[in-house]
Amino acid sequence: MAEPMGFFTDTTVCIGCKACEVACKEWNQLPATNGGVNTLSGDSYDNTRRLDGLHWRHVRFVEQFSADRRQGRWLLMSDVCKHCAQAGCLEVCPTGAIIRTEFDTVVIQSDVCNGCRDCIAACPFGVIGMNPVSGTAQKCTLCYDRLQSGLEPACSKACPTDSIQFGPVRELRERAERRVGVLKERGEADAYLYGADEKMLGGLNSFFLLVDRPEVYGLPIDPRLPSRNLRWSTALSAAGALVVGLLGLFTFRERGGGARRP
Amino acid sequence: MTPPSTLFTAPPGWHWLIACYFFVGGLAGGCYFLAALIDFVGEPEDRVLARLGYYVALPAIVLGGLLLVVDLQRPERFWHMLLQSQTWRPMLKSWSPMSVGSWALPAFGFFALLGFVAALAEGGALCRPALIALRPPHPLGCVVAVVGGLLGFYVSGYTGVLLAVTNRPIWSDTPLLGPLFVVSAASVSAALLVLLAGRSEAPPPGVAALERFDGWVVALELLLLIALAGSLGGLLRFWVDRWGLALLGVVILGMLLPLALRRRPARGRGATVAPVLVLVAGFLLRVVIVFSSERL
Repeated sequence: MAEPMGFFTDTTVCIGCKACEVACKEWNQLPATNGGVNTLSGDSYDNTRRLDGLHWRHVRFVEQFSADRRQGRWLLMSDVCKHCAQAGCLEVCPTGAIIRTEFDTVVIQSDVCNGCRDCIAACPFGVIGMNPVSGTAQKCTLCYDRLQSGLEPACSKACPTDSIQFGPVRELRERAERRVGVLKERGEADAYLYGADEKMLGGLNSFFLLVDRPEVYGLPIDPRLPSRNLRWSTALSAAGALVVGLLGLFTFRERGGGARRP
Repeated sequence: MTPPSTLFTAPPGWHWLIACYFFVGGLAGGCYFLAALIDFVGEPEDRVLARLGYYVALPAIVLGGLLLVVDLQRPERFWHMLLQSQTWRPMLKSWSPMSVGSWALPAFGFFALLGFVAALAEGGALCRPALIALRPPHPLGCVVAVVGGLLGFYVSGYTGVLLAVTNRPIWSDTPLLGPLFVVSAASVSAALLVLLAGRSEAPPPGVAALERFDGWVVALELLLLIALAGSLGGLLRFWVDRWGLALLGVVILGMLLPLALRRRPARGRGATVAPVLVLVAGFLLRVVIVFSSERL
């Protein structure tokens, strides 16, 4: 296997240009939403709003303004599939459509997926969505086709500020740690890495440098695998079945006993 | 306060077809289990009641399977759940409830077919009386009934486990959906059999036992629902809306009222009220569980 590859997204240098969104759509030939008719969000300068089957990169605009709008700041984050080392989508996929590639990335094979949508419910980050054209669940492939040809993914290639950096995860982590150090030196005390270590789902192959709490960026503080519930839920269901079975025996035996009495 | 991590996920778009499948799948599994139980411990006059159970189980599971296939966005690829489309090897993940369920469904369907055929043979609709051996007390029939009954339990409960093995709010925030679905499947199935058998001139004696059974199971279901609400903790606030109101309706009209009605045995038309309420509430329960997470 090749070395695990991923993204380091440094949100502090993102300017919200959405070149990554466009490059992603263009390379992956993703169709327009709503037949190309423009729909405005109405409450934000961001009109993409979320990652889904047609948007595999999404620049999130966090618009933090005081009520009188005298004070404010923009937080911008180009969101993407996290390519988790322990991936919830891959875990539940009942068709085997979701695979781990030789680059340690997670890819949905569109010719295998039958659109059951279990992966959408399983993803801890709400990354996956349906592509209405293919009728399959889709998300970022980390440009698997480009990687196989020795090219870098379209989004990081297009990013004009190097907010999105592509490379071997090990190298990216070292670079990200250095960047946090530099930011702290310069007075950005809140800078930290999200998902860069193995504590979060075994490590996120695409991880982020943030300067506010995860939930501010729409990220969960404690993402977990769906299988955490499997053991207890199964055991309690079996116990429920046992009780129902015993109640059945009990009610029918009670009747039988009564009928046989002289 | 930090919001629960399950709120950062996306809804899978499982709507009416899935809610209907949860209901008919539960009915199929529950009716088969009750039919097998009656075959084992019922009186000889109750065999007509068991036959009703087998008559319901097969069409219900076939309908359930069709609902699931139609709900796929690529229905023609439904078999990808059973065979790996590129290698033709079996596709099974023991840790994915949907994957195991995809195998349990046809397996249960096969046993439901055996029960159905044996019931037809006993009812005189098939000119092959030897097929009665597929039901207890024949040893072969006993094996069929035990395996089919266990699969029936699986089919009626795995859907709750499937919802829990996601990252969605409410569904994955409690381990009690599985047992709730198992118990609810038993209650709706008993209610349906009571309703179907009660229509005859002289109902078999097992109907009274089924009514008693349903009383116990509905009470158990109520306890489970209360425990489930408790296990949701702060997420319970998401039921302060029309779905919560519907759930309250399920509890009052579908659980408390049938329990109260059972204390005063009714005859004639009155006797059909309680089972109808249990059936409607059983369906509504699944609708509430599915949609109250879907819209978050």
